Amino acid sequence: MFAAEPDRARADGRATGRCNQERNVTAVGRNVPRKDGAAKVSGEARYVDDLTFPGMLFGRTIRATVPYGRIRELRMALGEGGFTVVDHRDIPGRNAIALIEDDQPCLAAHEVRHMAEPVILLAHADREALQRARVDIDYEEMEPVFDPEQSPRVLKTLLIEKGNVERALARAPIVVEGEYRTGHQEHVYIEPNGVIALPEPAGGVTVYGSLQCPFYVHKALVAVLALPPDRVRVVQTETGGGFGGKEEYPSMIAAHAALLALKSGRPVKLVYDRAEDMLATTKRHPSIVRHRTGVSRDGRLLAMDIEVVLDGGAYVTLSPVVLSRGAIHAAGPYRCGHVRIAGRAMMTHTPPNGAFRGFGAPQTQFAMEVHMERIAERLEIDPVRLRAKNALRPGDTTATGQRMGDDCAAREVLRLAAGKSGYARKRRAWQGTNRGIGVALFWHGSGFTGSGEVHLKSRASLALSETGVRILVASTEIGQGTRTMHAQIVADALGVPYEMVEPVQPDTAEVPDSGPTVASRTCMVVGRILEECAAEMRERLGGLAPDEYFRRHGPVVVTREYRKPADVTWDDATYRGDAYAAFGWGCDVAEVEYDPVTYQIRPVRVTAVQDIGKAIHPVLAAGQIEGGTAQGLGWALNEEVVMRGGAMANAQLTNYLIPTTLDTPAMAVHIVERPTPHGPSGAKGVGEMPIDGPAPAVVNAIRQLGLDVRAIPATPERIMEAACASP
Amino acid sequence: MSGLILLRPHSLAEALKMLGERGGTAGVGTGDAPGGAGGNDDTLTPIAGCTDLYVALNAGTLAATRFVDLSALDALRRIALRGDVLRVGALATCTALQRSRLVKQRAPILAAAAAEVGGVQIQHRGTIGGNIANASPAGDTLPVLAALEAVVVLRSAGGERRVPLTSFYTGYRATVRRPDELIVAVEIPPADGKQWFRKVGTRAAQAISKVVMAAVRPARGAPRIALGSVAPTVIRLPRTEAYLGGGGSIDEAQRVLQDEIAPIDDLRSTADYRRRVAGNLLAQMWKETEY
Amino acid sequence: MRLTVNGSAHDVAAPPMARLLDVLREELRLTGTKEGCGEGECGACTVLIDGDPVCSCLVPVAQAEGAEVTTIEGLGGNHPLQRAFAGLGGAQCGICTPGMIMASVALGPRPSLAAIRRGLAGNLCRCTGYEAIYRAVRQGGGDGGGAGEAGRGARRRDARKGT
Repeated sequence: MFAAEPDRARADGRATGRCNQERNVTAVGRNVPRKDGAAKVSGEARYVDDLTFPGMLFGRTIRATVPYGRIRELRMALGEGGFTVVDHRDIPGRNAIALIEDDQPCLAAHEVRHMAEPVILLAHADREALQRARVDIDYEEMEPVFDPEQSPRVLKTLLIEKGNVERALARAPIVVEGEYRTGHQEHVYIEPNGVIALPEPAGGVTVYGSLQCPFYVHKALVAVLALPPDRVRVVQTETGGGFGGKEEYPSMIAAHAALLALKSGRPVKLVYDRAEDMLATTKRHPSIVRHRTGVSRDGRLLAMDIEVVLDGGAYVTLSPVVLSRGAIHAAGPYRCGHVRIAGRAMMTHTPPNGAFRGFGAPQTQFAMEVHMERIAERLEIDPVRLRAKNALRPGDTTATGQRMGDDCAAREVLRLAAGKSGYARKRRAWQGTNRGIGVALFWHGSGFTGSGEVHLKSRASLALSETGVRILVASTEIGQGTRTMHAQIVADALGVPYEMVEPVQPDTAEVPDSGPTVASRTCMVVGRILEECAAEMRERLGGLAPDEYFRRHGPVVVTREYRKPADVTWDDATYRGDAYAAFGWGCDVAEVEYDPVTYQIRPVRVTAVQDIGKAIHPVLAAGQIEGGTAQGLGWALNEEVVMRGGAMANAQLTNYLIPTTLDTPAMAVHIVERPTPHGPSGAKGVGEMPIDGPAPAVVNAIRQLGLDVRAIPATPERIMEAACASP
Repeated sequence: MSGLILLRPHSLAEALKMLGERGGTAGVGTGDAPGGAGGNDDTLTPIAGCTDLYVALNAGTLAATRFVDLSALDALRRIALRGDVLRVGALATCTALQRSRLVKQRAPILAAAAAEVGGVQIQHRGTIGGNIANASPAGDTLPVLAALEAVVVLRSAGGERRVPLTSFYTGYRATVRRPDELIVAVEIPPADGKQWFRKVGTRAAQAISKVVMAAVRPARGAPRIALGSVAPTVIRLPRTEAYLGGGGSIDEAQRVLQDEIAPIDDLRSTADYRRRVAGNLLAQMWKETEY
Repeated sequence: MRLTVNGSAHDVAAPPMARLLDVLREELRLTGTKEGCGEGECGACTVLIDGDPVCSCLVPVAQAEGAEVTTIEGLGGNHPLQRAFAGLGGAQCGICTPGMIMASVALGPRPSLAAIRRGLAGNLCRCTGYEAIYRAVRQGGGDGGGAGEAGRGARRRDARKGT
């Protein structure tokens, strides 16, 4: 249930040629028409597979067939002419996909470390000929590692410490321990990954693609192709969903398509089908989290000792930063004087796990919130009361020593969610029935972790045009509403009608690097930079409307760079300080029905109360919460990546089951607005937080049924085991 | 797709003639073609709804290259009574089964099963003949047909024969259909008793079944119970039926059932889960069909 | 082969077993119909054949001969469902949207929430959690709003028959 605010008539300053400085109707906070709405509902929006170029070839990736081995021999039976073949020797630059550490090859040279590792690339004009071509590779197989806890290779470790955990644990009257596990999750954006690479006549390459981070791709291409940056151009096409799944992997696909295009001299389209996308691209990191918590008899958290283990897959890729966000969120939105969080990301011989909405935080908060439920069970305290007692409030400090500001809304969202859902009443009434109700309290940091934003130095621009003002950012629209939300922020800051603001399709040749579209940063961080651009532009205009100024004085471009707020400090070396400029706060209450015949859990209703600072566009914001909640429910209940021999064995939508209309419960979304000084109009991030809560809320609802579940997905098979184990 | 041949007969006689000359392989039928079936150059694979065919074609796991399209044979869409037997043409779609007054009256569990096949897009295309011919152990309508003691009507240029559904399957994805034969209909005799059906999948819609049970329970005498996804083919449970028919306890019947099924671990579930749920379904069915 | 799409006849050169989806997208350049899985699971390729929604990735083009095929382009862009999807958040990334709208068209006027949920169970959306889609279908399908929660607690249609 979410009531969209009806659009009201708006004043329009355009007719006067003057800027309406005192416009009393603003764009922010209203449900203006989304910029890409008409094109998307008419079928006119062009996604990468909708594009075609003269002389275009199709690409195919030949991948490893063993999880770990040395390449011994390679035989090709192409069957006919017209093939372009690329291997590692065709790479003019570095054979690595540039990211945190450049350890992942673009094409395997001598050794493969996972089943989907690319080895050879083929291109041909005829897709059927391409599919008929046979490439057989013999390997000297080596012993693979699939269990992260048995792995000899650590990709990253980190430690967060506050107070003296051992002493506090030793003194605690009660210590509750537990281990919690989460599985892989596949993004299942409905548009699979894909790019088209075009060789440029003057040298260099242009890549069109379905992607979240044009400048990540740009950086990777410059390194692989050894081209000057101005010879590489990356253009985002309309993107059919991302959820983190198009953060880092498009760099790989773009590099492959570009190598084929440069060698063949022709445009090359490399679009994955669903099976290849599921087999080869990234997944959410599986996790094992162990808690040892000292509590007082009345339920105060005295000490928290937390161990976080992530399965990183075969290469480092983004695992260090996923681990970092996961660890920082691992103690949940709770006050505690003595905290130790030790994290490690481990190598396994599986395709690298990567960015996925929430980025480590859903995994660690699943553990924290199920653990809180077990503490409540142990102490026989009401779960809401236990959380209320320990929830962070303004003035408290987190595990990294960050002091909470006035926008800390943990207790407020908890109180609202419990009240609106009828938690206490239902919990009493459903005792001993096949219905359960569960709560989860969570938080989510907006923007890059720690000093990430300082290192990124994001830039954004506004440019006058004949019709108004254009937004020049690398932030991508992937469904979440970037174009619309940015245009609303700029319209108000500039004092012009929303319709006068035109977002430009991200193109590295045209827009500045405003950083990746990830980490719940696009509104709060990039939106704030745009707001500053608009303020400067407004001064330049001196009261003229943008189009009028353009006609009289010609083009004006204003560019601003990210400025670190003075009151936000972070020390990379000690991992102490303000981990995020702002946190959003959320509380989910899940109601489930249990079928003891089939061991199925059916979510019936979810109440989601989330503080996002300010809903720039209430319909879009609710869409993020509803969509993230559904994706979290899928992770909690249905979605299981079956790994066999290091490869996803159920890489089809027939066998990897995301929620349908009939699986998704009624949702009651309530948005709370506790503004942060660091975001435009007080806005915090909203993209990721909604996926933190559903899984623990559902599992806690299942626990009310007397089923001891501590791992997800809580498939009927797992529920059956719990049911058979319970007395 | 360019190497694939499609023959398009306009009448049943024409289709049977084509099959008689260059018949398809057994096990591949009207709607769907399992991966890997067919194969040698001359075989003709009948197709209609194509809901499984393209899954296999796209995955590159289908060897068949020659097809005969039955979609113009409108006579095979008919659902009608012949005497007291309900005759469902092989081309009746899952949507047609749900809409048919006759099916809803005489075989409501067939309409219920049809409503759980895929989404509405699949239900508009998938046919009952295809579901039978595809011979999947997880076919949703098959336990219903087995419990209703349906008979598969096979026709060739040489004539017609009738095979009880339970004798139609000879093993995993294998049937008695000869290459020159076509499934033209399935005949459902009157069912005396209460009908019961339940499909168990991992999600509420569009799931391939992990266990599916159909039953017909008369006021007196043995019930007829069939299960899918617990053996290489759809199965009836003769010993469980006889035990319950003889007045045996449901607890003991659940134990008898365990000896009649042979579920496996696969991508979708575990043998253990299938065993327990099959037993639970038996108890649920028995309770809900009490007189 | 002659194909009638969105009311106009087209001669197509594709082989008979070509997927209708590919003929629409590549030969007729009607790229509004999307491919999400190629196995009839996601419904992004949904088009209407003689008014019935089908997955065009599973239809040999030969079987569409003589039928009336309707794609998203055939709705013209200003259909009430299209306006409602755009206005109420029914479209986010947009890739499922054309198929979702075509399946919604087939629901007919004023569908109940239960009918919407059942009729769209063959269309996967990963962005919206479906809630905004229900709101859009209820408004675009002739319900002036009020897509409240009243019916939401209702049990899902239960296929078990105890009669």
